[in-house]
Amino acid sequence: MTDTRLTPASRLLEGPRGPKPTRRLSGRNIMLYGTLIVMAAYYALPLYVMVVTSLKGMPEIRMGNIFAPPVEITFEPWVKAWSEACTGINCDGLSRGFWNSVQILIPSVILSIAVASVNGYALSKWRFPGSEVFFTILMIGVFIPYQVMIYPIVILLRELGLYGSLWGLVLVHTIFGMPLLTLLFRNYFTSVPDELFKAARVDGAGFWGIYFRIMLPMALPILVVAMILQVTGIWNDFLFGVIYTKPEIYPMTVQLNNIVNSVQGVKEYNVNMAATLLTGLVPLTIYFVSGKLFVRGIAAGAVKG
Amino acid sequence: MHSVSIRSLDLAFGSVKVLKDLDLDIHDGEFLVLLGSSGCGKSTLLNCIAGLLDPTDGQIFIKERNVTWLEPSERGIGMVFQSYALYPQMSVEGNLSFGLKNAGLPKAEIAERVARAAKILQIEPLLKRKPGALSGGQRQRVAIGRALVRDVDVFLFDEPLSNLDAKLRADLRVEIKRLHQKLENTMIYVTHDQVEAMTLADRIAIMKGGQIMQLDTPAEIYNRPRNRYVAGFIGSPSMNFLDGGLSDGVFETGGERFDISGYPFEGAATGPAEMGIRPEHVATGHDLDGLPIQADVTVELVEPMGSDTQVWTTLAGQSFRFRMDGQAEIRDGDTIRIGIDPTKASFFDKKSELRL
Ligand SMILES: Nc1ncnc2c1ncn2[C@@H]1O[C@H](COP(=O)(O)OP(=O)(O)OP(=O)(O)O)[C@@H](O)[C@H]1O
Ligand SMILES: [Mg+2]
Repeated sequence: MTDTRLTPASRLLEGPRGPKPTRRLSGRNIMLYGTLIVMAAYYALPLYVMVVTSLKGMPEIRMGNIFAPPVEITFEPWVKAWSEACTGINCDGLSRGFWNSVQILIPSVILSIAVASVNGYALSKWRFPGSEVFFTILMIGVFIPYQVMIYPIVILLRELGLYGSLWGLVLVHTIFGMPLLTLLFRNYFTSVPDELFKAARVDGAGFWGIYFRIMLPMALPILVVAMILQVTGIWNDFLFGVIYTKPEIYPMTVQLNNIVNSVQGVKEYNVNMAATLLTGLVPLTIYFVSGKLFVRGIAAGAVKG
Repeated sequence: MHSVSIRSLDLAFGSVKVLKDLDLDIHDGEFLVLLGSSGCGKSTLLNCIAGLLDPTDGQIFIKERNVTWLEPSERGIGMVFQSYALYPQMSVEGNLSFGLKNAGLPKAEIAERVARAAKILQIEPLLKRKPGALSGGQRQRVAIGRALVRDVDVFLFDEPLSNLDAKLRADLRVEIKRLHQKLENTMIYVTHDQVEAMTLADRIAIMKGGQIMQLDTPAEIYNRPRNRYVAGFIGSPSMNFLDGGLSDGVFETGGERFDISGYPFEGAATGPAEMGIRPEHVATGHDLDGLPIQADVTVELVEPMGSDTQVWTTLAGQSFRFRMDGQAEIRDGDTIRIGIDPTKASFFDKKSELRL
């Protein structure tokens, strides 16, 4: 009844207005959050069990309920895992493996990122004759399963006199990181405007001048990405560590395996859990610390010149 | 003395020839504009002069010195880019001094030159800021400053204003012109904006398909375009073309006979030809008196533009546009008498498309 008296103009004022209301409990949201919760639980539960177990004493563990929180919290297993657990003949815990891994990690990360960023820069901005071929070969490297290269590299390292040494493993990590990292850097530097590069050339900057003064300062976000990739990849590496090094310089992952799989004596689940958590701590910290840096890096890089 | 000379320059990207046997001499202190439609090779030519692209063949001289194989920084050029291309992580001051530091100049000299450039371009208050914190106009000023501090003989501009809005573009255009008057060095300026070209240039080089179609003063290019392409390219709205035949001071088109005996032909002029008339050279009203070519036409469409009005009509069976005063009261369907002064027209050979 009122409708009939409404003039067209006033009718325009009726009806929906302002922001469109969102429905909280739509079928789509239930699906979405349901999936997310299930996935989160799937990953969080084992972690919970590990943490809880690592804080229990052996008698408590033998009672059997793996989900129960510890009645009496003890850090004994952590201390043991770090400094007393036995691997083969040594009984100085994971600490030795930790320091080995650090010594492998730092030079590998620095070397691989340094070489790959220069590669990517050269391939994107200094098209030299054959650069396309070079790039194609590198890209094939991304797809070659590395198992096929294991033995040739053993021979290569032996010929170089690096087999079984720490630097041999550093070299292996650098080589295997090269294709993907180069691709990463090349794509990033390709997105840097050509005119910026030309301006720098007119300003008299050479290959290295442009790399260090113009390109690298702009590359912070991608450097962080590359660092995360390399740190986690190299730290978690097991295969190359076993193959290319010897027991005194085994990385942490290999040592962890030796502790967990040692056949002598009773299985100390709490020590094993603590050892595993200790080994995973480094990549975890990297994610937490650089995650923030990553976001900040992207925000800083978003300013176009 | 020539500031920049280019001798039979060829450049090909793979099998695509972008510059073809190009010759160009630019006088000392000249403001030369390279004008042409997109993809005709303007930027490529500029990059060759700058040394950012290696030519396939030919030579480039700057100040009588063969620079064909020299690095960009050794050529005595400064360049300003369309996207400004400021180093984002450096302050304005850092941007201005980057080239000077690379050249190894003493600190005091660098400071002095940066200060001078900043003063000329009025960017002194911005020196400590990062490019991200500048407006488009300010960024382009800094980009010009970066070329300015280098104290070079030749400035190269690649569409420096095309990322700016219309108002700012007009302002900076005037500033660039002032800068040229003040510095008196050679400037080579790429654009596809006719207004910029006409207002800034001492001479304009019209490019098409990697070749220079005409190199002349703006007035000469406007009044006496050397071929049909240039005639159609220069001028906005663009020139009308009427198809017809020439014989003995008469141009026959679409059944009409125009008396063109006043036109200064350069040689024998007979045979198929096109007559070009600029819309602004068509007379109406009192201006008609004494014009040898007159016709009554029907108005088909009127486009008022404020200061003037564009009228669409048909002349001798062919689409035809002309310009009237903005105050003129005219409507679709009106009949109006127009007149053409043949001395202001241009004639082009139908086949060679060259000016007759
Ligand atoms: N690196 C390249 N590889 C292959 N072809 C190219 C390359 N750079 C330019 N070209 C081609 O060369 C021609 C001329 O390009 P150029 O950039 O000089 O045009 P332009 O006149 O500056 O055009 P615009 O007004 O659009 O800037 C174009 O057809 C372009 O496609
Ligand atoms: Mg261009």
